[in-house]
Amino acid sequence: MREGLRNEARAAALFLAPALAVIFLLFLLPAVASLFLSVTDFDIYALADYRNVRFVGLRNYQQLLGDAVFWKAMRNTLYFAFAGGPLTVFAALGSAMLVNAKLTRWKSLFRTIYFAPVVTSLVAVSIVFRYFFHVRVGLLNQFMELIGLAPVDWLGEPKWAMPSIILLAVWKNFGYSMIIFVAGLQSIPEEMYEAARIDGAGPVQQFRHVTIPMLAPTFLFVGIVTAVGYLQLFAEPYVMTPDGGPLKSTLSVVMMMYEQGFRWWSLGFAAAIAFILFIVIGIATVIQFRLQTSRERASAVAARTATMVGGEE
Amino acid sequence: MLLLFLSCSERPRNHLTFWALGREGEVVAQMIPEFERRTGIDVEVQQLPWTAAHEKLLTAYVGESVPDVAQVGNTWIPEFEAINAVDDLTARVASSKSVDRSDYFDGIWATNEIGGRTYGIPWYVDTRVLFYRTDLLAAAGFPNAPRTWSEWRTAMARLRQRGHYGILLPTDEWPQPVILALQSGSVLVNENGEAAFRDPRFHEGFDFYVSLFRDDYAPVFSRTQVANRYLQFAQGEFAMMITGPWEVAEFRTRIPADKQNVWTTAPLPARDGTPWPGVSLAGGSSLVIFRQSERKDAAWKLIEYLSEPAQQIRFFELMRNLPARKSAWNAPVLRDDPHLRAFRIQLDRTVPTPKIPEWERLATMIAEYGERAIRTRATTKQVAAALDANANQILAKRRWMLARKAEAPLQEERREEP
Repeated sequence: MREGLRNEARAAALFLAPALAVIFLLFLLPAVASLFLSVTDFDIYALADYRNVRFVGLRNYQQLLGDAVFWKAMRNTLYFAFAGGPLTVFAALGSAMLVNAKLTRWKSLFRTIYFAPVVTSLVAVSIVFRYFFHVRVGLLNQFMELIGLAPVDWLGEPKWAMPSIILLAVWKNFGYSMIIFVAGLQSIPEEMYEAARIDGAGPVQQFRHVTIPMLAPTFLFVGIVTAVGYLQLFAEPYVMTPDGGPLKSTLSVVMMMYEQGFRWWSLGFAAAIAFILFIVIGIATVIQFRLQTSRERASAVAARTATMVGGEE
Repeated sequence: MLLLFLSCSERPRNHLTFWALGREGEVVAQMIPEFERRTGIDVEVQQLPWTAAHEKLLTAYVGESVPDVAQVGNTWIPEFEAINAVDDLTARVASSKSVDRSDYFDGIWATNEIGGRTYGIPWYVDTRVLFYRTDLLAAAGFPNAPRTWSEWRTAMARLRQRGHYGILLPTDEWPQPVILALQSGSVLVNENGEAAFRDPRFHEGFDFYVSLFRDDYAPVFSRTQVANRYLQFAQGEFAMMITGPWEVAEFRTRIPADKQNVWTTAPLPARDGTPWPGVSLAGGSSLVIFRQSERKDAAWKLIEYLSEPAQQIRFFELMRNLPARKSAWNAPVLRDDPHLRAFRIQLDRTVPTPKIPEWERLATMIAEYGERAIRTRATTKQVAAALDANANQILAKRRWMLARKAEAPLQEERREEP
């Protein structure tokens, strides 16, 4: 018996070894290395001679937390995540409901159309969007003119640059979450809606009391993936407003890290940024997880009572 | 990368690798066969895109897979020198029959010298001059381009009254504020590695720059906000620009035919009381030899070949990059070009930007703080003080290294001996 267990453990270790090795080599080791890097002043001079590297303790962090640009980048990133994240999730849910509705024809065509932006090259998209947002020739401003509003310099004005990036990001990314929501919707048994209808629930009540609770795990997944992705905002502003936009209004934390690390070679400082971002993402994920599990527990109870009531009839 | 490295190490002695940037790489390949015929040295030209070149050269250096010869932007040289990547060419220049120091523009040559040693040979040059609408300036009472700051300002005020912006200065470009600061005598960073942005000499140029926006002589446009600078220039939205030689060809093709005879170039105006023309940037590309190269003699031959006035003229004819050698400018194709005359005059009045690895970063910061001054109500003094503080933080490491070098010069030497 004990022998068997040992064999099993050995087999498990053997099977896990490749995965663990990969995690160790490609995740743990670099993470530890960059933690180490973040307490040094590794920079361009260090490439010449390692004696030029100094251990600086928490100075990078201290400097970072006192840096107005970093806080600007952090605010921009949080703005993007808190405004763009929910928008993406709602756009995804809305479109998922639409393409999944019984009345919809050519479902797969619509699914493909909505999914297309996800697989389109961002660089190509950015060229089109730059025209779309253009002050004078842009489609958006022509539309604004049509409804009697003054033209806006979308990418040029500090207060509009981030909303423009959000619009682009939502359009580009909602299709991915939509597909996941469609899968979630399709896994809700039809009987539940039937039961709700018999109980006299209208479409809104069905949505509130059946669809939403049943989609809770999907929400959790989509929420975390979107939040983690959006806190790491980089490509969209990088291609639309390369230097961080007017008055740095579209500079994100990852963009700042990239700039510090690979443009200016302040690798120690960049590593400190990476660590702070890592902590922020960790916190955001934990909060979301907590929120969702407590809600899930509540909704599981609700769902169980609903089925029990349905069963009795 | 590994393959490249392996193939490098297996190369025979007379086989050079040469990294050239952008279209230069394409064009220079046409000039290589003659060199190969003359010397029997094979040259393999590899083309790097401009946008990735700087990063690529640094990673190649770290990964020990550098080429023998490379083209570099001349402002990168301080950085490559700081990391010991490029070879000291001082002795080679001194004994060369082909590379003649006196035939180069002083300001440009200076960008290649660090601590009195030469690390690069200018290949082609660029500097920035005034591009302007002759008709609009003439209508504002300036048959010729303004020569002083006060004339310049008067011209812009009159243009503004006539419904044009005086000048286009994209708010996110650093060269314009830096040129004006250099014209008012700023050193930007002093020899002790301290930022000099609180200095009144910086402030005067910076203030002049910001005032052009505050007086509404220049539109508050960043680069991406300018839809089509050529068309807007042709339509008279603005009458002047400060830009480089690459724009000459663009202006000639993009400006509508009926406006082709109403634009030209002029050397930059000077701050009142300083000699005309005002100084401009010493830009361009240089050729360097990497310290790790095992074929330095052959590499030097290639540099000498590309530096010959005849090759410089040929290179100009192939891609319109301005020759680094004064004697090449005597060729009719350059001498008689009406738009290039201003560049020739300006090239005698260029100064290098601070020759430190941090410069590019500081330059970007100057543009950022300039934009802050333009778009907010902070005084230029306040903005310059903030810029100074931030720049000094970045320069702290450099000062530490300078201090350490000063403290232990003997130790350093002893270490280098073996």
